[in-house]
Order: sequence, then structure tokens, then C-alpha cells
Amino acid sequence: MKNLISIKDLNKEEIEKILEKTRDMENILKQNKSLDLLKGKILATLFFEPSTRTRLSFTSAMQRLGGNVIGFEAIESSSVAKGENLTDTIKTIEKYCDAIVIRHSKEGATRYVSEITDKPVINAGDGTNQHPTQTLLDLYSIKKFKERLNNLNVTLLGDLKHARVMKPLAYALALFKANLTFVSPFGLEFERGFIDELKEKFNSKIIQTNYIYGGIKNADVLYVCRIQKERFADQYEAEKLQKAFKITLEMIGQAKDDMIILHSLPKVTEIDPMIDKTKYAKYFEQVAFGIPVRMAILNMLIL
Amino acid sequence: MKELMVKKINNGSVIDHITVGAGLKVINILNITSDETAVLLINVESKKLGRKDIVKIENRELTENEINKISLIAPNATLNIIKNGEVKEKRRVSLPNFLEDVIKCPNSNCITNSNEPVKTKFFFEKKEPIKLRCFYCEKLFNSEEIIF
Repeated sequence: MKNLISIKDLNKEEIEKILEKTRDMENILKQNKSLDLLKGKILATLFFEPSTRTRLSFTSAMQRLGGNVIGFEAIESSSVAKGENLTDTIKTIEKYCDAIVIRHSKEGATRYVSEITDKPVINAGDGTNQHPTQTLLDLYSIKKFKERLNNLNVTLLGDLKHARVMKPLAYALALFKANLTFVSPFGLEFERGFIDELKEKFNSKIIQTNYIYGGIKNADVLYVCRIQKERFADQYEAEKLQKAFKITLEMIGQAKDDMIILHSLPKVTEIDPMIDKTKYAKYFEQVAFGIPVRMAILNMLIL
Repeated sequence: MKELMVKKINNGSVIDHITVGAGLKVINILNITSDETAVLLINVESKKLGRKDIVKIENRELTENEINKISLIAPNATLNIIKNGEVKEKRRVSLPNFLEDVIKCPNSNCITNSNEPVKTKFFFEKKEPIKLRCFYCEKLFNSEEIIF
């Protein structure tokens, strides 16, 4: 593995290898050991779109491995503001670092960057397309809490059309033979072609519904994402959906006793805050796995 | 059948067996210049297809890129290369496995639709009916969505 661009580039064995390495990193973190595996190495984090968790967790992961981080967190603080294109930006920054993490608003931007530089490239989100380190941390969370990845009943709920975390996660879960239920407001479903792809490639069992209860009853894992308000032309419509599409304590009453709820965060109103205190809510534990996952990936890619 | 009142060409290309209705699109792809001569025959009787369109263009051999484009519009088309009034080569167009710099990505938010010097690349997920996946944005498109 030279780059990490898309979850589709990985097979089951490669995913499992990354998750094993993540477990090792988590154990090291628990022991408060300091590492110097990437001492003297520099990671460039180029965020052409805003990010809190992903950017900070990459920075934290690199520093925990003994390395250093350079980069920018907004177009305004880069030469792009002066009109420089992505190609020239990369041709310059590659001279300053050993690996590049990039988030960009254009789909396919990271794949393109990986073609024009010899440095390892990690996709931290390209438009609505992929966010593979998030997918891997989601898979790690599921494996951690459910002790397996195969043959689980997983419900993905929320704005499936716009959220970049959902499609790659659905793809990876299908690879592990999950029974999938997709719940979204009307009009925010996965595109038809994607559902067909999962069925054709993995023979996946898929249920699609606009009805929240339908996704809770038999789920082993309930993965929720917010309505992606920033991707709506009509903000009023987005707010209306935000209010209407919400998981309540009463709904959770129908869940399996050992169901877990995950969320890529930030969450807004889609989960009743009362649920945060229940045994089902695992999202604040999930977010912590961002560090060992990214440590594992950095360690595997930077030589 | 009445004889078609179109003279034979001595040198150039004849694109035959074009799906009825696709002839105009083929003409568009060829970007005929002001000093070139081309003929478009629409809805001609055909033993093989029932009806077909034909395009003839004088003094031009098509590039691989143009042939690839034609294969997307008219997968049953045949290409005849005419030299000195004789058919020198006859072949059926065929869909390649991979398209580079042939079509534009229909996804306006794809990196290939930006000011970066990047050529489009597409893989065929299926050839019948056509399903193309963009190598960059990973989106899937059918033949109606193709933009040249």
C-alpha cells in the first residue's frame, strides 16, 4: 500500500491488517509509551476544506509517532488564495515533507494528487466521495464493540445522499457481508446505481426505508449521520428535515439490548441528547479511535 | 430501393451502420472544418439493421480518439477507409476497456472539471448497457449522461 485514497482500493485482508495494526497502536497509547517510529519525518496536512477532528487527529497521531506536522487549514491561508492551482501547490509542498494528507472539495482531487507526487498521499475527504480513514475507524469501532465485522445487521441512517462517510462505509460493510438497512429522509437516499453495485458485487441483502423505526428493531449497529445542511441550496428545507429526522429515547426502546449507536460527529439534532447517557451510545468512544487508526496508517505508509 | 444520389468518395472515411438518429451526433464529434466535405445520410434502408445512418467524410482518416467516441454513440458502426476509390480497410468499431481523454466527466464537481492539467479516465463497469466509472470521482454514468 503506497497511498490511501479510497476504501475500494483495499481488499478484506488489507483492511484487517490495518485494523490489527490499529489495535497495536491502541495498546501502546494505553500504556502511555512514547514512540519515535516516525522521528525526523514530516507530514503535510493540506485542508482546502474545514475540518476539526480529522485534521487534529492526524496531527496528534503524527506527533505521537514522534514526527512533525506542517500544513494549512483553510484556502485563505495558502497560495490557493493567490490563484495557484492544486498541481503547483503539490509540486511545491512535496519538497517539504515525507507524506501528504489532503482534504479537498473536488471529488477525485486526492487520486489526482497521488498521480503527480511520489510521496505517500492520504485522502482526508474529497468532496462527497471518500474519507477512508473515517471508514477504517468506523470499522475498527464496530469490531471493537461487536467483536466481529462479518454478518452483522447494520443500519445507516441520515443524509445518505450527501454524507461522504456513509457510502464508503456501506461499501466496506458489504465486503464483510453485513445485512444492510438504509434509512434516510425522502430524497436523501443513496443513488440507485450504488445500491445495484453492492448487490451485484457482494450479493448484499439491503433494505431501504424512509421510516426510522424500520432501521432500529433488528440492528446490531445503528450508524447515524447528520443532515448535511451545507450541501443544501435551500437552508429552510434542510432545517425542516433536521427537526423531523431525529432518534428519540422512545425509538431506542425497540432496539436489541446490545445494539450500539455510532456517529461520525459532529452531531446536531439527529440524536436526542438523552441518548448520549445510555449504554447504546458509543460515539464519544468511537471518536477516540481516530488516533490509533491514523497512527497505524501513517506508520504503514511513511517509510 | 431507389439509388441514393450521393457520389462515392475517392479518399476518406465512411462510417456505416450507425444507429438511426445517432448520425448527427457522429457529425458533431468529427468537428468538420470549413474546408472539409462530409455527407450525412439519415434513415437509410439496411439489410442488417432495418434502418441506419451513414456518414461520409472526404480526405480524412479518423483518429483513435474519434473512433472511441463513435463506439460510445453507435456501438454497431463499421468504419471503411477509402483510398483511391477502393475500400482499403473495413472494421467494426469496438468499445475499448479504458477511455483516456475521450469524454468529459458529467460530474461538475469532479477534479477533471477544474483548472488542473488532468485528463479524464473512465473504466467500463458494463458494456451492454454502457456503465462507465470515472477513475477520479468514482461516480458511475450511463450512455445518456456521456458528455463529449
